[in-house]
Amino acid sequence: MNPLDLVGARPGAPFTVTFDGREIEVLPGQTIAAALWSAGVVAWRTTREGARPRGVFCGIGVCFDCLVTVDGRPGRRACLTPATPGADIGTQAGTGHDD
Amino acid sequence: MTERRQVLAVIGAGPAGLAAALAAAARGVRVVLVDSAAEPGGQFYRQPAPGLGARRPQALHHQWRTWERLRDGLATHLAAGRVSCLSDHHVWCVERDSGRFAVHALLGPEQREPASVRADGVVLATGGYEKVWPFPGWTLPGVITAGGAQAMLKGGLTLPGRTVVVAGTGPLLLPVATGLAAAGARVAALVESADPTTLVRRSAHPRNAVRGARALAAHPGKLAEAGGYAAQLLWHRIPVLRRRAVVEAHGRDRLESVTVAVLGPDGRPVPGTAQRLDCDTLAVGHGLLPHTDLADGLGCRLDGAGVHVDDEQRTDVPGVWAAGEATGIGGAALSLAEGHIAGRSAAARLNGTAPDPRSWAPAARSRTRLRAFFAELDRAYAAPVRWAENVPDATVVCRCEEVTAGAVREAVGSLGAGDLRTVKLLTRAGMGWCQGRMCEPGVAGVAGCDLTPGRRPLARPVPLGVLAAPPPPDAGTSPCPGTSP
Amino acid sequence: MTNQSSCDVVVVGAGMIGAACALYAVRAGLDVVVVDRGPVAGGTTGAGEGNLLVSDKEPGPELELALLSCRLWRGITEDRRPDDHRPPTRGNGLGPGLTPGLGRAVEYEPKGGLVVASTPGALTALTELAVGQRAAGVETVAVDANQLRELEPYLAPGLAGGVLYPQDAQVMPTLAAAHLLRASGARVETGRTVTGVLRGPDGAVRGVRTDRGDLLAPSVVNAAGTWGAEVAALAGVSLPVLPRRGFVVVTEPLPRRVRHKVYSADYVADVASDSATLQTSPVVEGTAAGPVLIGASRERVGFDRSFSLPVVRALAAGATRLFPFLEHVRAMRAYVGFRPYLPDHLPAIGPDPRAPGLFHACGHEGAGIGLATGTGHLIAQTLTGRTPDLDLTPFRPDRFAEEAAP
Repeated sequence: MNPLDLVGARPGAPFTVTFDGREIEVLPGQTIAAALWSAGVVAWRTTREGARPRGVFCGIGVCFDCLVTVDGRPGRRACLTPATPGADIGTQAGTGHDD
Repeated sequence: MTERRQVLAVIGAGPAGLAAALAAAARGVRVVLVDSAAEPGGQFYRQPAPGLGARRPQALHHQWRTWERLRDGLATHLAAGRVSCLSDHHVWCVERDSGRFAVHALLGPEQREPASVRADGVVLATGGYEKVWPFPGWTLPGVITAGGAQAMLKGGLTLPGRTVVVAGTGPLLLPVATGLAAAGARVAALVESADPTTLVRRSAHPRNAVRGARALAAHPGKLAEAGGYAAQLLWHRIPVLRRRAVVEAHGRDRLESVTVAVLGPDGRPVPGTAQRLDCDTLAVGHGLLPHTDLADGLGCRLDGAGVHVDDEQRTDVPGVWAAGEATGIGGAALSLAEGHIAGRSAAARLNGTAPDPRSWAPAARSRTRLRAFFAELDRAYAAPVRWAENVPDATVVCRCEEVTAGAVREAVGSLGAGDLRTVKLLTRAGMGWCQGRMCEPGVAGVAGCDLTPGRRPLARPVPLGVLAAPPPPDAGTSPCPGTSP
Repeated sequence: MTNQSSCDVVVVGAGMIGAACALYAVRAGLDVVVVDRGPVAGGTTGAGEGNLLVSDKEPGPELELALLSCRLWRGITEDRRPDDHRPPTRGNGLGPGLTPGLGRAVEYEPKGGLVVASTPGALTALTELAVGQRAAGVETVAVDANQLRELEPYLAPGLAGGVLYPQDAQVMPTLAAAHLLRASGARVETGRTVTGVLRGPDGAVRGVRTDRGDLLAPSVVNAAGTWGAEVAALAGVSLPVLPRRGFVVVTEPLPRRVRHKVYSADYVADVASDSATLQTSPVVEGTAAGPVLIGASRERVGFDRSFSLPVVRALAAGATRLFPFLEHVRAMRAYVGFRPYLPDHLPAIGPDPRAPGLFHACGHEGAGIGLATGTGHLIAQTLTGRTPDLDLTPFRPDRFAEEAAP
């Protein structure tokens, strides 16, 4: 059993995004966090002080642990942001801002 | 001259907000339902994204009939133009504005562009979020909140991993464990630090008999629900470990295993009882906390962790009602009752009439019963005694600013902090991205001070450019892009 | 018999001023107890930005106090090299150096202030002010329009010019109060409310009454900040300290993009203004922890803590005018505080002749963090009967009583 079978899902055609340069297949409607989880990725941020890996924690937009850089813009919450075809998703290091 | 129809803004489209919107719309008030998600439902009735084409979403849900009633009622009112629904609207402030209200939101998921709604009254149905006490390893990827695991499953039809341990305390753990198992995860254990069977035992104790038995007897449905979970736990072969806790999560860059131990009467792990469980996911939760930022920003009085309301669900700010988890954690059924009462009261008051409480007597009765029931649950699922003493100095308690328990203890011990605010100022615990929502319970516990909710007049991060510009025109009458009837 | 204890000095208030008074009084050899009804830094100290400024003060007694304080802050915070065996400097108005290295603990940043003028007219006025300040001992550097962008690459284009004030600095105020208190070695009694000031038959102060017993002492220092009027009233004297509300907006953490404390030349006029209506001249600065702080609003609305979106909007508008990149930066938090001010915008510092043994150290308006060290030093000098380094006449606590008398 998997979640898609459980609810009898008939998703639309999958599309791809890139995560740190690697292509990942996404089902339409999935958030970036769901897409990364489905691809086996659980961490996409490193912290400002300890450079420790982080991913989803609260899953509902409250904790800001799942911040990620999307198309060059840092600080997006992966659990709230739908993945869009061709999105360039990257691990966010520190504040996510250069310099 | 025709009189302008009164507008009620309902913030939050979960059970409480939907019940309030339906009740008010049926009584001649124009309702604007403002919600941060793409689809109504809130956390409890969170729907799979439409693109996923789920034909049986009810397989992930409880009380689906209630949802169908809410959904269909909303569709009818939307079609009739009595309700408009602003989805993907993240409200960051509700402002009192010369006798009316301005609801300020950011348009999601980008949250860069503003939208504002003007209203004559406001129902705050802002829901709750999960509370997690810190323990070593809780910042590892793969450790998620129990509610978060459920939200990702319901909304994204995805699992965080293959082998899951569900741990913590509270009634939420049961549906999370059984839901993850039904969706194909192997649930290695459900670890519950309390012993909820004491709920029944406590009721048998003469001192609690009347209150406890009354609370339970009033809810045969709740007992049946519990029985249903027990059957599912058996069916999915989920071992239930009571009076035990996850004392450490292990792994280098992601979760690999957890250590579970028996908690003694002093709240400490009993030596020799530690047991290692391999898992790639830990779904952990210690209960819920109400979202009160918008209420606090309006100047509404809080009552403990929730917004203070009267019998009509009115806050102490005229024109502002609150319902559901925002007033104190009590589940979907209580949220429906409170929302219904709030909607009826608001409709009457906005139309200039005195509401008749007899007209909502059934909802009021179920509110009384459910509040008593959840008060009993709260006692049964109390935190392990002195849990905070078990948090080692090196454990990060504030996830955003990476502040350790040791730093918090130093602020209290040698720098003179005695309350949560001073601990925050001295250590930065609670000053990061989440503004303390995640760490306040843990920091308060480790610091040994009261959990006083931080004041967050900006309920969400707001671009300075949005703050700097004049508020946009009223969006309340424009159609909702996400939800069509 | 009630619980009693005695010491040389009771300092009422565990904020920045109280902490500095305790530090210098203990160093002067006095046995000090600090008492506060709340926690450390629970009042204005915990709601401020931690400015140590000389730039916003016109020549006069407050600027002299700021310059003295600036030197003392440097003394408290600077690291002494391990091979530096010179005895700590003492008694010359410079930091005694008994607690070297507090700089990191209190996030001391001698980053300098940059005051910018948007029009040639404003620049002329600013330059005139700087000439006067320079004569009073302030270091000033004239900055033309091109140099502005070198000093602050993200500043808006088109500004006329500015003045750089290298002596301006910043501390994290709560950390500063807590660490100075700890370094002082004074006994700190937080969560203890002063309910009365004890006076002897001769009128002299002999301690304070609290909700947990009496604290006997021949000297009491009123360092209660915005609540200084209440403490004065407990001793039977009047001191017209009133609150002036201010909001601060805090952004998401960023790399260092704002290097100095940057503000518009209008700010100086607002600080000195007597108007009760809202004033918001933008003050923008980066912090060691990452967020950018945006001030500074001034309103006289009593102790009203309620959130004011219009004020926060005005602050955001001012900040984005100075630094356009901030438009896309998110504000995470806004908080409110109350500056304690006296009618002539000068603090009350020194002994109160109306109540022998009572000393005041309050009413520093928005400058209390910066002026704390000088204030503490001067109070310690008067407590021990020495001649203060500055003439305290302009700061006399009873100066308003005379005006009020018929």
